[in-house]
Amino acid sequence: MKRSSWAIPYALFLVVFVLLPLILVVVYAFQDSMGRFTLGNITKFFTDRDTLSTFAVSLEVALENTLLCILLGYPAAWILANRKLNRSAVTIVLFILPMWVNALMRTLATAELFNMLGVTLGKGTLLFGMVYDYLPFMIYPIYNILDKMDKSYAEAAADLGARPGTVFWKVTVPLSMPGVASGVLMVFMPTVSTFAISEFLTNNKIKLFGTIIQENINSSMWNYGAALALVMLVIIGLSSLLSGGEKEEMQGGLI
Amino acid sequence: MKRFFAQLYIWVLLVILYAPLVFIAIFSFTESKVLGNWKGFSTRLYQNLLTGDMQGNSSLLQAVENTLLIALIAAALATLLGTVAAIGIHNMNGRSRQAITFLNNIPMINPDIITGVSLFLLFVFLHISQGYTTVVLAHITFCTPYVVLSVLPKLRQMNPNIYEAALDLGATPGVALRKVLIPQLRGGMVSGFILSFTMSLDDFAVTFFTRGTIGLDTLSTYIYTDARKGGLTPELRPLMTLIFLIILVLLVVFNVRQQRLAKKTQRV
Repeated sequence: MKRSSWAIPYALFLVVFVLLPLILVVVYAFQDSMGRFTLGNITKFFTDRDTLSTFAVSLEVALENTLLCILLGYPAAWILANRKLNRSAVTIVLFILPMWVNALMRTLATAELFNMLGVTLGKGTLLFGMVYDYLPFMIYPIYNILDKMDKSYAEAAADLGARPGTVFWKVTVPLSMPGVASGVLMVFMPTVSTFAISEFLTNNKIKLFGTIIQENINSSMWNYGAALALVMLVIIGLSSLLSGGEKEEMQGGLI
Repeated sequence: MKRFFAQLYIWVLLVILYAPLVFIAIFSFTESKVLGNWKGFSTRLYQNLLTGDMQGNSSLLQAVENTLLIALIAAALATLLGTVAAIGIHNMNGRSRQAITFLNNIPMINPDIITGVSLFLLFVFLHISQGYTTVVLAHITFCTPYVVLSVLPKLRQMNPNIYEAALDLGATPGVALRKVLIPQLRGGMVSGFILSFTMSLDDFAVTFFTRGTIGLDTLSTYIYTDARKGGLTPELRPLMTLIFLIILVLLVVFNVRQQRLAKKTQRV
C-alpha cells in the first residue's frame, strides 16, 4: 500500500468542509431568495451607502489596529528575543497567557473598566480593545523569527563598521519581515470581520463589517450575507497573493 | 540603562494586558450584580458557582460542560485526522501535494466569520439540522490544519530508514506504526492537540453560526447572549478567575518540568 493514500480521508474532508462551503458562498451570492441567478446582491453592496461606509470604517480601523500592533509589538518582540535585555524565557509566556481566558469576557471587562474610569465608549476605546486583543498575535510571529535569526549577520555588519542603528534597520528589520507579514495576516482581516468586540467596546455605536454579515445571516438574508462574505473572500485572496507567504512558519506550538 | 527601559516597556505592556483580568478577579469577591460595583467582600459567588446554585442561571454550568466536551472531541478527532493526513502528505509529491497544502491553508487564513458563514451555508444546503454534531464538525475543520502543520516537521526530521528497518526485521505495518512511527510523531501530535483544544475553547464566531436554534450554548455564545441581554451573570467572574488560575498553574508546572528536563539532559 502506498502511504500517500493516507491523505485521502483528509482530502475528502477538505473538499466537503472547506472547498464546497466556499463554492456555496459564491453560488448564494449570485442568487436571489428564490434561487434564481442575479447580480442584485453585488450591486446592492456597491450602491448601499450604509454598507459602504461601514466597509470603509472597518478597513480604516483594521489598518490603524495593524499599524499600532506593529509599532507596539515589534519593539516588544525585539526586546523579548534579545538575550542581553531579557534573560527569562517566561516573559513571552506571560504575553500569551491572557489569550487562554475567553476573549469576549476580556473584552467586556475592558469595556467595564472604561466605564468605571469615566471614558466614553467610541472609536478610541474600540482601537484600544482591538490592540489589546490582537497584540499577542503580532508579537508572537515576530518574536519567533527574531529568536531563530542567525546572529552572525548582525555581528558581521557590526564588524564591517555599521553602527547599531544601521545594523538594526539594514539587517535585523529586513530579515524579520516574514514575521511581520504573518502578524499582519493574523491581525488585519480578523479585525475587519470581528463582530462581538466592536459591539461591546462602542455600545453598538460603531458597526464593523462582521456585524453586518452577522445581521444579514441571522435575519435569514442569506444571499446578501453571502455576497458580503464574498467581498471579504476576494480581499483575503488578493492580500494573501500579495504577501505570497506559506504559513508553514506558524508551526511549533504556542506553549 | 538600556536594559532598564526595555524591561520597563515590557512590564507596562504586561500591566495593561492583565488589567482587565485583575479587574475581573477583584470583583469576583463581591456580590454586586454588575462588574465594577464594590459591595463588600464576599465569597458568595464562588459558593454559588461550585454548588451550581444560581438563580435561573444554571445553564452557565451546562455551557461550560458543552465547551469542554466539544473541545475534547474536536481536538481528539482533529489530531487523529491530521496525523494520518500528515503521513499521507509527507509521502506525496507534485500537484496533489500542492493542492492539499493549499486547501489546508484556507481555514487558517480565513477569518472565523467566513469559516462560520460558509459552513452555515453548507449545512443549510445539505439540509443537515444544526446542533452538537455540526459544531464539532466545524471545530474539526478549523483545528485539523494546525495538527497537520505540527506533525509534518516531525516527519521531515525522522529517518525514514527506521520504519523500513522495523518492517525488514519482521514487524507488521501495524506494529511498526505503533512502536516506531507514533513515538517519533508524539511531540507534534501533542502540540497539535493542545493547540486545537485551546482554539476550540476560545472559538466564538464559528460556533455562533453552526449551533443552530436548539439552544446549544458554549461559554462564548453564552457570554455573548448574556451581554446583549444586558448584565452578565455575576458567577462568570469567579469562573473566569478560576479558569485563569488553573491555566497559570498548568503553565508553571509545565515550564518547571521542562527546565528540569533540560538540566537533566545537560548533566548527561
